[in-house]
Order: sequence, then C-alpha cells, then structure tokens
Amino acid sequence: MNGRRIGQRAAVAVLGCATLLTLAVVAFVIGFVLEKGLPQLSLEFLLSKPRNMGKEGGILPAIVGTLLLSSMAIAVALPLGVGTAVYLAEYTRESRFTRALRFGTDCLAGIPSIIFGLFGYIFFVTTLRMGWSLLAGALTLAIMVLPTLIRTSEEAIRSVPRSWREVSLSVGATRWETVLKVVLPSALPGIVTGVMLSFGRSIGETAAVIFTAGSSFRLPRGGFDSVRTMAVHFYILAREGISTEKAYGTAAALVLSVLAVNALTYGLMHRFIARRGR
Amino acid sequence: MSQKPSATRPPSQRVLAFILITLSLFPESCAGRASSVTLAGSTAFQPFAEKLADEYDAAHPEINVTVQGGGSAVGISAAVNGAAQIGMADLVELPPDAKVLTAFVVARDGIAVVVNPSCRISDLSMTRIRDIYMGSVRNWKELGGPDAAITVVSREAGSGTRSSFETILGHFDLTDTAIIQDSNGTVRETVADDAGAIGYLSYGLVDRKVKAIRVDGLPCTTELILAGKYRLVRPIYFLTLGEPSPAAKGFIDFALGPEGQASIEADGLLPAR
Amino acid sequence: MKAPSDKAVERILLGVACTAILCLIAIAAFIFKEGLPFLAKVGPGNFLFSSDWRPDSGRYGILPMIASSLWVTLGALVLGAPLGMAGAVFLSEFSPPGAVKVVKPAIELLAGIPSVVFGFIGVTVLAPLIRRIAGGPGLSLLAASIVLGVMILPTVLSISIDALGAVPQGYREGALALGATRWQAVRMVVLKAARSGLLAGTILGMGRAIGETMAVIMVAGNTVKMPSSALDSGRTLTANIALEMGYATGMHRRALFATGIALFVVIMILNAFATASLKRRAGGRR
Repeated sequence: MNGRRIGQRAAVAVLGCATLLTLAVVAFVIGFVLEKGLPQLSLEFLLSKPRNMGKEGGILPAIVGTLLLSSMAIAVALPLGVGTAVYLAEYTRESRFTRALRFGTDCLAGIPSIIFGLFGYIFFVTTLRMGWSLLAGALTLAIMVLPTLIRTSEEAIRSVPRSWREVSLSVGATRWETVLKVVLPSALPGIVTGVMLSFGRSIGETAAVIFTAGSSFRLPRGGFDSVRTMAVHFYILAREGISTEKAYGTAAALVLSVLAVNALTYGLMHRFIARRGR
Repeated sequence: MSQKPSATRPPSQRVLAFILITLSLFPESCAGRASSVTLAGSTAFQPFAEKLADEYDAAHPEINVTVQGGGSAVGISAAVNGAAQIGMADLVELPPDAKVLTAFVVARDGIAVVVNPSCRISDLSMTRIRDIYMGSVRNWKELGGPDAAITVVSREAGSGTRSSFETILGHFDLTDTAIIQDSNGTVRETVADDAGAIGYLSYGLVDRKVKAIRVDGLPCTTELILAGKYRLVRPIYFLTLGEPSPAAKGFIDFALGPEGQASIEADGLLPAR
Repeated sequence: MKAPSDKAVERILLGVACTAILCLIAIAAFIFKEGLPFLAKVGPGNFLFSSDWRPDSGRYGILPMIASSLWVTLGALVLGAPLGMAGAVFLSEFSPPGAVKVVKPAIELLAGIPSVVFGFIGVTVLAPLIRRIAGGPGLSLLAASIVLGVMILPTVLSISIDALGAVPQGYREGALALGATRWQAVRMVVLKAARSGLLAGTILGMGRAIGETMAVIMVAGNTVKMPSSALDSGRTLTANIALEMGYATGMHRRALFATGIALFVVIMILNAFATASLKRRAGGRR
C-alpha cells in the first residue's frame, strides 16, 4: 500500500516539475520579448507608418497586413478543414482509403513552410499572375495549415462519444442534424485548439509569406496588394541590423496580438458553452 | 430564440459570404496598376529602396512604388520575367542571365572584414584572409594571436555580398566548416558573440559590437573606397529589361539624382559616381 | 427552416473533402514534378549518400543535411515531447481544474511567437551560453534542438491535454473503484486510452520540428560538413532549401526540390513507424 502511495507522490512530483519547467520556459521567452519590446510600444508605434527605413515611426502597415493575411487564410482553411474532418469521421467507414488519407495529411503537416512558399510563388504569384499579394499569401497559408486543422478537427470529432450520436439518431435526427447540433458543438473546444494553433502558426510564418505576399511596407488597398506581416518585418529589421529596438517592439506587438486573439476566441467559446447550458 | 453559432449557418450561406468578401477585396487592385513600379532583389539594398520609394511617393503620389526583397538573384530573374520592373542586385560581376538587362549603378557599398572586439588582430592581408576562408589557416596563433580556433563566418551561396567578397579575393572554395548566416545582421551578431570569429558585412552596418580590421593595411572608410584604394567594394545595380518604362525611368532618375543620392549617402552607402 | 437532405450534405462534404485533398496532392505533385527529373539525372545514390555539396561544381550530395535534420528532430522530440506530455498529464489529471484554463492560453501564446524570434533569442542568448559551458561555436545542433524542443512544446502539450480530456471520466472512476491510486489509474488506463491523441500530438510536433526553417537557419550554423557531435554546427535539409532557393536556377533549383522529396520521404517513414507502433499495441486489445 505504502509503495504505491510513494510511487504516486514521486510521479506527481516529477510531473509537477516538468510542468513548472515548461511554464518557466514560456515565461522566459515571453518575458524576454516583452522586456525588450514593451518600452517600444507607444500609440505612435502602433498606429503610424514607418519612416526612415524602419528606424523611426511605427508599424501600422505590418499590423494590418498580419491581421488581414491570417484571417483570410483561416477563413479559407476552416470550412475546408472541418468539412473534410466531418466527412472522414461521420460519413465514411474506417478503411484503407481513410487511413491513407490520414497518413497523407500527417505527412503534409511536416512539409517545410519554405516549400509551401515556393509552391505559392510559382503557382499563385507567377502562373496565376496574382503577383506578390495578400491573396497569394492567404491561399498559400491556408493550404499550409489545412493538414493541422483536418487532423485536430478529426480528433475532436472522433472523441465525441458514439452514444451521443446514437441517442440523437434514435430520436429521429438526420445524420447531418446530429453532426450540426450534437457532434460539432461538443467537438468545438478541440476544433478551436486547432484553429488557435493554425492562427498562431500563420501569424508567425515568415518564409512562406515573404515568397508569396512579398514584403511591401505599405497599407494594402486591395486583395492584390503586397503586404508585410509583423513577423516578416521583425525578420527584416533583425536580419539587416537596422534597428534592434524596433525589431523587439515588433515582436512584442506580435505577442500581444496573439494574446488578444487567443483571449477573444476563448471568450467566444466559453460564451457558447455557457449558452448550451453545460 | 437562442442565437445559433456560426458553425450552424447553412453551408451555402457561408460560401456566398466568403465569395462576397473575396470579391470586395478586388476592386482597388486593377486600377492603378498601369502607373506602378515594382522593385525586387537585393535584401541589403531593400531598406534604402524603400526609403527612396517613400520620398518619391511624397513628390509623385500618382505613381505607386513597391519594394520587395528576395535577394540579388531573385532581382535578376524578376526583372527578366517581368514580375518586377526594376531588379536590384548587389554583385561585383553580373551573371550571364543578366546580359539581357540594362544596368544602372545607383550606389556602391564597401565590405568590411570584422572580428570580435576582444581579438588582438587588427590587420590582415588579402592573401591571409583568403587562406582563412579557404581553411588553410585554422588557428589564430598562426596569425600572431592566441591559440584559439578561427570560427569562419560567411554568407549563403547566393548572397551578392558573398560572391563579391569571393570574386575580389580571387575565386576560392569556401572551407566546409564555415558557419553560414543569411544576412548582414546575423553575421554581425555571430562575430560579436564569438571571440574567435571572423566575418564580413556591409560596411554601413559595422557598429561597436564588432571590430573592423584593416585589409592590406587599409581601413574601410569612405575616402579610401572613393579613392579606389580599399578594394572590397561592390556596386548596387538597378536592372531593367531593355529600356525602362516611363514610370520606372522616373524613379531611376530620382534615385540617381541629387536627392536620391543624398538619401543613400545619409544611411551609410556610397554614391554611384 | 428546411434542413438539407442527408444525401445532399454528404455530397457537399465529399466535395469539400476532395478539394482539400486535391490541394494537398497538388503540393506533393509539384515537389515531385520538379525534383524527380533531377534524381533521374544525378541518381539517388549520389544525392543521398554523398557528402559533397558544391552546386557550382555540379556536386549535390546531401548526406550531411540528412544527418543534421535527423539529429535536430530527434533532439527536439527528446526534449519537447516528454516535457509536453508530462505537463499535459499533470495539468489534466493532478492539478486543480482552474490551472488548465490559465496554462493552456499561455502555451498557445508561445505557439504564436514567430520562429524568427526564437531564432534570434537562440542566437543572442542560447548559443553564447552553449559556447561558454560546453565549447564549440555555440551555433550548433544542440542549440537547434533546444530551440525546436521549445517550439514544439505548445503543439504536443495542447493536443495531449485535449486527448487526455477526451478520455471518458468513467474510465478513471472504474480504475479507482478497483483500488488503483490516481497515478496507477492514469498510467494503466487513461494514458492507454488517450494513446491515439497523444501520438497525434507527437507526430504533429515532429512534423513541425522537421519542417522548421527560420529558427534553425539562425542557430544551427549551417555548415555543409557532416556533423560529428551535438556541439557541431550543421545544416538541415530545410535550411539548405531556404538558403539557396532564392538564388538557385536550373539543376541547382531542381536539386533543392529533390531535397523536398527527401524530406517528404523521411516524414513518410517516420509517420509509418508511428502508425505501425500504434497498431501493434492496439493489436492485443478487444
């Protein structure tokens, strides 16, 4: 009896330490970025355009570019990803085809972003003559996050207990109504995790974005305009050694944007769960 | 009536909404394409080009100048295939596929050889630098310094700075133990953090974190570059396919004119002349 | 409100699934179309097993890059996956319920930090630290492994928490009712039940590690030599592509696409391995 208790205490201690270590790492990285970058964040920095090669002024075009690009990418990828996941999980039987498909999406999740960038450059920017543009960038990013969305959505949908579906069908709902009103809502947290991870990835993406959305530091006026995202801007500033202060400021702005988006999404999700009365 | 979350709106409505949003993004873009100039290429010159574009924009708001990066070779291929009206390249020798392009020199840039500030070496001959980069000299003690391995830092194969560096020093094979960084800024950081490192970068980017050494006894200064004595120098080209379009020509003239050149000089590059 | 018929919905969803799959196939086809002619000309043996990468002289051996990629990915997994899963187990099974709500957003914030920021922190903080403590240039496979391990933490942690959360409470209660301690319940029942989700998290993390480009370029040193220890610099397959793609034309560019094929194959092998081990363990059940 005692041996098992000790075993449990030891295990919990180890796991707790691992968690603390993880949190320490997160705190360090975020703290490092914010410590160097927060002093830079003034209203002027966030709302004005850059001057003098990025040494002065602000990063408004980059902020706008980032939000537009990532939102468009998710807007394209979400229906495709969730739709595919629903189809795979609800309308097909487990077969060699679905296993091969899952295998394929896992593989594609591992393709380096630079290859997506090149695909985007050669297909969207050059062949389809979109030029370096928001559209090319968004479509490329959408394809990039698609495997992750499909996989996490499918996991979330599969984790909804089978009994719930059976109950729903037994009271006369069609399969689609079951999916819509029973399965998807309870799979929502998992799907949202996938969306958050994808959004995070698309905000931080640099290689794929430079090749497709370009790096023009102007406010975009239409879907065919090139944009520079904050990540790209940070990369260029840090790379060319123009202004380390502004670079960290950009990184801090980035981190805070992700925080804001995360908070918003969790807020929405909790409201939704609360409404359903669970 | 409880509000339905967006996931339950019928798929057809969602698709329609998406199409409408997408279409609303298009209208501006087709207009104004006739009078736009896109530059692409050298990442080292990109910030300068952007500054020039901003200044040009103030005087000529009807012309839309956009600047992209990608590197010298992207500049050349974009100029050739029309993706950009002006390609930017910072190479000492233009490659064969650039022969079809018209070249304008807009600036010149010196390449400084840098070491860590704690390094006692302040002067190296070009032959010794070449030996270090080829890997024949691997330890600082062979140069009169402490017994420490030399960390050789270079740029990626397609960098205009690197190919200019290697061309001027006399075409050699880089040692395969060289650390490769992909920009001036990261080369500077690497050399600043490693007591035994040596690297090269745009001379406008040398700051207190690194020490620029004399090459063949000559420090890297504007005067010596303009006098032609300091030899690690490369030109920055604007390349166009055949004759530039009127809009492009306007921008090139601005860049080569007094305001453009003053702007370039103010930030550490050398004028084209 | 008219509910669409099940058949109609099924067809729409099939269309959606096909579109998604077509996109994914397009990418794969693209890589292969550009890279296969190169492999046919140069020969996979020369490409994969030669250590001589000098595109200017027509030498395209990527063995050192393969070695670096594998080292760095394994290193990242060794550092990041256990940490992520241990954290997930702790947060999901042994900590007060409020803790997850606080920690998970923090982790997802980490996921939002661009890779170039990690790379820059790696260069300015981690590499000098490694150089001071262990010698070598600092910009090394070790530095890259640590940076990548941190980067895949959010993926592994988040998905593991979801996987553990999806295990029905009844499983835990059943085990406890049989007299197990909470740890025993977790170890023997919950972890096994969550296995497929945990594996998904690890595989996605692995995928992210192999595909990471920017951070690795900044901290791994990018030498073309075969690395002989964790403290050596190295160049991964992804870094190789990114560093040279902008400038490569003709055979050189094709070689980089062939590198993409090599990456694809490596990922397929790793995934097959993971899926097979999942099947093997499930083989004895039910």
